[in-house]
Amino acid sequence: MYTEKVMDHFQNPRNMGEIENPAGVGTVGNAKCGDIMRMYLDIDDAGIIQDVKFKTFGCGAAVATSSMATELVKGKRVEEAMQVTNKAVMEALDGLPPAKVHCSLLAEEAIHAALWDYAQKHHLVIEGLKEPKKDIHEDEEEEEAD
Amino acid sequence: MIYLDNAATTKTAPEVVEAMLPYFTEHFGNASSIYALGSASKKAVNAARRTIAESIGAKMEEIYFTAGGSESDNWALKAVAEAYEGKGRHIITSKIEHHAVLHTCEYLQKNGFEVTYLDVDETGLISVEALKAAIRPDTILISIMFANNEIGTIEPIAEIGAIAKKHGILFHTDAVQAFGQLPIDVEELHIDLLSASAHKLNGPKGIGFLYVRNGLKLRSFIHGGAQERSKRAGTENVPAIVGFGKAVERAMLMMEEKTQKELKLRDYLMKHLEEEVPYAFVNGHRKNRLPNNVNISFRFIEGESLLIMLDMKGICASSGSACTSGSLDPSHVLLAIGLKHEEAHGSLRLTLSEENTMEEMDVVVEEVKEIVDKLRAMSPLYEDFVKKQGKQ
Repeated sequence: MYTEKVMDHFQNPRNMGEIENPAGVGTVGNAKCGDIMRMYLDIDDAGIIQDVKFKTFGCGAAVATSSMATELVKGKRVEEAMQVTNKAVMEALDGLPPAKVHCSLLAEEAIHAALWDYAQKHHLVIEGLKEPKKDIHEDEEEEEAD
Repeated sequence: MIYLDNAATTKTAPEVVEAMLPYFTEHFGNASSIYALGSASKKAVNAARRTIAESIGAKMEEIYFTAGGSESDNWALKAVAEAYEGKGRHIITSKIEHHAVLHTCEYLQKNGFEVTYLDVDETGLISVEALKAAIRPDTILISIMFANNEIGTIEPIAEIGAIAKKHGILFHTDAVQAFGQLPIDVEELHIDLLSASAHKLNGPKGIGFLYVRNGLKLRSFIHGGAQERSKRAGTENVPAIVGFGKAVERAMLMMEEKTQKELKLRDYLMKHLEEEVPYAFVNGHRKNRLPNNVNISFRFIEGESLLIMLDMKGICASSGSACTSGSLDPSHVLLAIGLKHEEAHGSLRLTLSEENTMEEMDVVVEEVKEIVDKLRAMSPLYEDFVKKQGKQ
């Protein structure tokens, strides 16, 4: 059901891990739906993403989209990273099954969440960047609005 | 390949295939035809019907062939609802039934029936007291599965049957997972309707039966010819029926030996997975459980990833994760026994056959250990958990 590229990124995830004292970190998704993605960014003074790492709890597509998203933003300027959409992630993976498209959206959201954290810490405004939805862990389910 | 998904389907036994083959070729006749070629097919169908009836202590004319377990469940519920709505419109079932029962109940609710869905405890057992309390004057049917397909828990069928009989309520049981694995006697257990399927006991796919106790009002499910006592029209699937008969004969002969072998493998696998993988726990009942079912949750990881990695190692298994169900919610059974969503997503079901070996169990434990470690290293949930532990 997955393309060769998805399987490759699932079996050999790129940039998996953590960054200590990252410039920005963001976590999106929730355990209820079975997908949680965390992105760590290391951004230099010139606003270039020097390093990026991810951790993901989720299905094969969730791992593969996270991995691909890190490849697409690494070495890019913050503004360029904003252009990495879920569509771009999907295309780079040669497509996803319809039921898994939400994984690519989550990858885009994870990048944005990490960029938001970076922008907040550095008092920056990144064009087009909105505050991410709060990530929801199961223990905090009571706090959910619905 | 190590095949551990026998609750999904089983390998058709060679002797079953062999028994079926002549009914595709020289004995291709329609069982309704008058000439000798046709009566050979009819004879074969009836022989299978007899074998199957005897295996559950029923009479031949109480067995109706269907296309499988889902059809049998649909038929049982819809036919009883329709035939007995004059008496009442209330049905009792459980929260952990197969979707063939649950979705049929939802359909009936849309058509004016009321359904009580009984809770189960943390092992997956319904409460007999809760069942008694749910009975109303207008209750026409109790439908409780014999054994659960995901966690293997065996329900108190004899007690449920006795209660149903005492209150004059019909009792249907979905025995798709239990039939061929556990001894079933419909008289002893007071079962009025029972669903079963051939491909779960090394028979062919696409064939099942519904047992309906003599004397019950039963509406036709498929209108047309006079097949299946005019209740389920359509030319009989003779090769599949013959195969089903052979599979039942085989399953009944080897049941005890198969059970003993599977129990050893099951308990070994459960023990070692639980002991050797940290933050793992068994789902379902430890004793009242199908001899071939292992279901275990590994915290902080997701089931589909686990299944793909197991597949790459040649191990076939299944999971209650949402990603494997095609919806956003994980298994309704695992949620009903009180698992958190995260724990249900991280579940693994391994269902054995008598062909599995202890060596295979050792391989599975080693592979699962390695894969769970790998996935936890990737998991932000595990990262948070470790950091939290460090702080304490």
